[in-house]
Amino acid sequence: MATVTHSKKACAVNPLKMSQPIGGAFAFLGLRGAMPLLHGSQGCTSFGLTLFVRHFKEAVPLQTTAMSEVATVLGGYENVEQAILNIHTRTKPEIIGICSTGVTETKGDDVEGYLRLIRGKHPQLARFPMVYVSTPDFKDAFQDGWEKTVARLVEELVEAPAAGAERDPARVNVLPGCHLTPGDIEELRTMMEDFGLVPSFLPDLGGSLDGHIPDEFTPTTIGGIGVDEIAAMGRASWTIAIGAQMRRAAEALEKKAGTPFRVFERLCGLLPNDAFISFLSEISGRPVPLKYRRQRGQLADAMLDAHFHIGGRKLAIGAEPDLLFDLSSLLHDLGAKVAVAVTTTSSPVLERIMTDDVLIGDLEDLETLAKQRGCDLMITHSHGRQAADRLKIPFYRAGFPMFDRLGAGHQLSVGYRGTRDLIFDIANLVIADHEANRQPTPETWRDGLKPPSPGEAVHIH
Amino acid sequence: MSSLSATIQDVFNEPGCGKNAGKSEAERKKGCTKQLQPGGAAGGCAFDGAKVALQPLTDVAHLVHGPIACEGNSWDNRGARSSGSDLWRTGFTTDINETDVVFGGEKRLFKSIKEIIEKYDPPAVFVYQTCVPAMTGDDINAVCKAASQKFNKPVIPVNSPGFVGPKNLGNKLAGEALLEHVIGTEEPDFTTPYDINIIGEYNLVGELWQVKPLLDELGIRILSCISGDGRYREVAYSHRARAAMMVCSKAMINVARQMEERYGIPFFEGSFYGIEDTSDSLREIARLLIERGAPDELMDRTEALIAREEARAWAAIEPYKPRFAGKKVLLITGGVKSWSVVAALQEAGLELVGTSVKKSTKEDKERIKELMGQDAHLIEDMTPREMYKMLKDARADIMLSGGKSQFVALKAAMPWLDINQERNHAYMGYVGMVKLVEEIDKSLYNPMWEQLRRPAPWDEAGNSWQAKATAQNDAEAAVLAADPVRAETTRRARKICFCKSVDLGTIEDAIAAHGLTTVDSVRERTNASGGCQACTGRITDILAARPRPAAPPPLLDAAE
Repeated sequence: MATVTHSKKACAVNPLKMSQPIGGAFAFLGLRGAMPLLHGSQGCTSFGLTLFVRHFKEAVPLQTTAMSEVATVLGGYENVEQAILNIHTRTKPEIIGICSTGVTETKGDDVEGYLRLIRGKHPQLARFPMVYVSTPDFKDAFQDGWEKTVARLVEELVEAPAAGAERDPARVNVLPGCHLTPGDIEELRTMMEDFGLVPSFLPDLGGSLDGHIPDEFTPTTIGGIGVDEIAAMGRASWTIAIGAQMRRAAEALEKKAGTPFRVFERLCGLLPNDAFISFLSEISGRPVPLKYRRQRGQLADAMLDAHFHIGGRKLAIGAEPDLLFDLSSLLHDLGAKVAVAVTTTSSPVLERIMTDDVLIGDLEDLETLAKQRGCDLMITHSHGRQAADRLKIPFYRAGFPMFDRLGAGHQLSVGYRGTRDLIFDIANLVIADHEANRQPTPETWRDGLKPPSPGEAVHIH
Repeated sequence: MSSLSATIQDVFNEPGCGKNAGKSEAERKKGCTKQLQPGGAAGGCAFDGAKVALQPLTDVAHLVHGPIACEGNSWDNRGARSSGSDLWRTGFTTDINETDVVFGGEKRLFKSIKEIIEKYDPPAVFVYQTCVPAMTGDDINAVCKAASQKFNKPVIPVNSPGFVGPKNLGNKLAGEALLEHVIGTEEPDFTTPYDINIIGEYNLVGELWQVKPLLDELGIRILSCISGDGRYREVAYSHRARAAMMVCSKAMINVARQMEERYGIPFFEGSFYGIEDTSDSLREIARLLIERGAPDELMDRTEALIAREEARAWAAIEPYKPRFAGKKVLLITGGVKSWSVVAALQEAGLELVGTSVKKSTKEDKERIKELMGQDAHLIEDMTPREMYKMLKDARADIMLSGGKSQFVALKAAMPWLDINQERNHAYMGYVGMVKLVEEIDKSLYNPMWEQLRRPAPWDEAGNSWQAKATAQNDAEAAVLAADPVRAETTRRARKICFCKSVDLGTIEDAIAAHGLTTVDSVRERTNASGGCQACTGRITDILAARPRPAAPPPLLDAAE
């Protein structure tokens, strides 16, 4: 059981955290024909946009209410109204998703109230789907923005089924956390379809940000779940939530439509996938297809091959809570020691991370502790590159953003197959590091056994 | 806040800006940027602009006072390079929370400065103000002053919160911070008659180092580069330079002009993009230094170096000429730099489409600059389908641009080259120009394009998105042709001249009614192009389009 502590520093150095509104916007990006809109100054949008574009290498729709200093002080009603009207006429979206930012929350803009006024004033918008989420930058983190937005989408858009209406036994709702990639979503879709299930993903980044060339170019998202499909989610027989962050949305769906749910906190690793596949078999009433029996064997074999390299490694990992929990648990299962764990925001999973302490902090903390504790493997998003360089230890990029390597959208961590490939990737990094930097020389063992130098703790586990 | 608004007003009044000089008092007050449009805006904020301009100073700790969004979402995302410290790539932010918003964040800011100085001991800390603490009233000037006295170290306030305006305003506010707090505060160990400043150059992808060896060879010393690969102390003693080059963007014109005013350092506007521009800039540097007392022989050495380098560059480009024969480049950029590569691309045998400029005299270059600046704005506003139509109509073989247009170009299986600040290659000076030509060739002749343009074997003809986009564009045109009322409305809605707000309908009517043939006569009748004149090219096109030419053959033959 890990203790969770907060960094005591006044100044965050090399932030691990990204802001809540762009986590919210990210969720809207998994909706078809969507235009996310940040209510703030135009920099709030442009920084987020740059992050998404560099991560996915795709055009990404994201707009701003372009608040000026004066507008901020006077209140942003007119900017919100104008922005919605402009977006509605120029880009013809199917839904506009609005997130607040620090600057408009400081003023205290009542955006829900604005939306009511706008709907009343402009008949074309009276029933047009617009969802607002309050996401001040000065609270919480990226993952929280996603969590709140998906919950709001459920509350606003899912329709309660008519009393006595039958549920469709094949239909299953899937609420994926923001740590899953478009590639992960596609993998899950295939797995579920192999059991004859018909999944609806909310949000569905697999449809919008997988890099496909669309049939038609639109200035909004080029795929994802449609508003009509979200409305129909109340008729599904089950909801599967992936990551603890999605419990809130799953509960909202249960409350609204009575749909039972199950949360899978992890989908990376042998046992989590055993549980998941068994569940799919159970709810579909079908036996596990041969394909997955074979894949399970392949994953077991990958674990056998990789444990020589990963076992005993001292891991320093920095990630948002659900990704942190998933990846650190996997490596722990393979014999690595989770020596340093840094995260961005609170979560019920943190105390179950297989380490002594989890720090809500930044990448400077990660680097300092990794050095102190002699870590020899680092996992975090691309911003860890400087720290890994200085520490000269193998560095596996995971999470958002990943701007300095290709294929971020297709990196897999779910399923037997995804876990298998992830294990190979990490083990190969360790092997390459060994070959390049840790070859023995006649001097390596010259001094024999040394007493531990002061300040250097000896870890045996 | 009043002093900030005064500074902003000063920046708008910049007399060194040619564009500004032509404006009326009232227009100048409005500032140099159009009002941002909610729901239709692109680009960064003033904070972004200030950070972009100063962050390349490598040994400074850049501390952002604000919520996590401002630094957390953006740190270490610039392509500048350092020959020394890596401190500039470290992200420092106060990451203010709810308590700081309610009770003020000044204490946290002060403590942050203290922590940075204790841990990293930089020669200076720059503190960037952002919207939230600007609203809650955190006085960063006072905190910086107190910290500076307490720790005996320059702590420089950069007052440019995002909501005061767009990125280019932030560039200038950053310059104001340097002028007010840094420049002239230290003395160099020694000076030479060959000391220059380079202002407004960020050393993206290390491209300053494509030119620096030439200056080294001539014995010219970059006393300070503001701010690419710069160091705090260099900026602090930059007032001892003999001459300055302001790299061709107006981003830091206030710095160049005020240094001329205060310290008598003459400057010129130049560019190291393109062969001729590089030569011109080297000559101009030599000329200014000689004017300020350097020996005359500097010019002879400069000319000899230019002759040698130009000959080498042209020789390196020569082999590409036959490969480029008949190839067309569509050059679109909001950037201020790439227009100056036009001459070199033309020299390499490429034909430029998208601008009607054929030669590159100084006046023409100015025009290209204007045209492209305006067009780039239009392109940011375009829907992808309209953009595809433009690519197709231009019948270009490769597109050079920045920004989001790349994704449409690439998905249209159109060779594309990045010339914005996120590019991977350095294109400055003579070596850089040869590199650019090399990259264009690599892209044009990549065998991949042919495969990507083929439809999947099972796709029905006419089912590709290209075909659909074309069909949709045609359908819209057909609807307009069949519906004179709508055609008229559309014609009236299409703005051609943004300054004087003149639409296509008005211009076409005037041309038809009065048999106009020149841009001047159109201006006389309609007032179009009576402002910044950036729309001159569009009016020329309208004049040329009467009578309508036959539709050009499609671009993506293989796909259709």
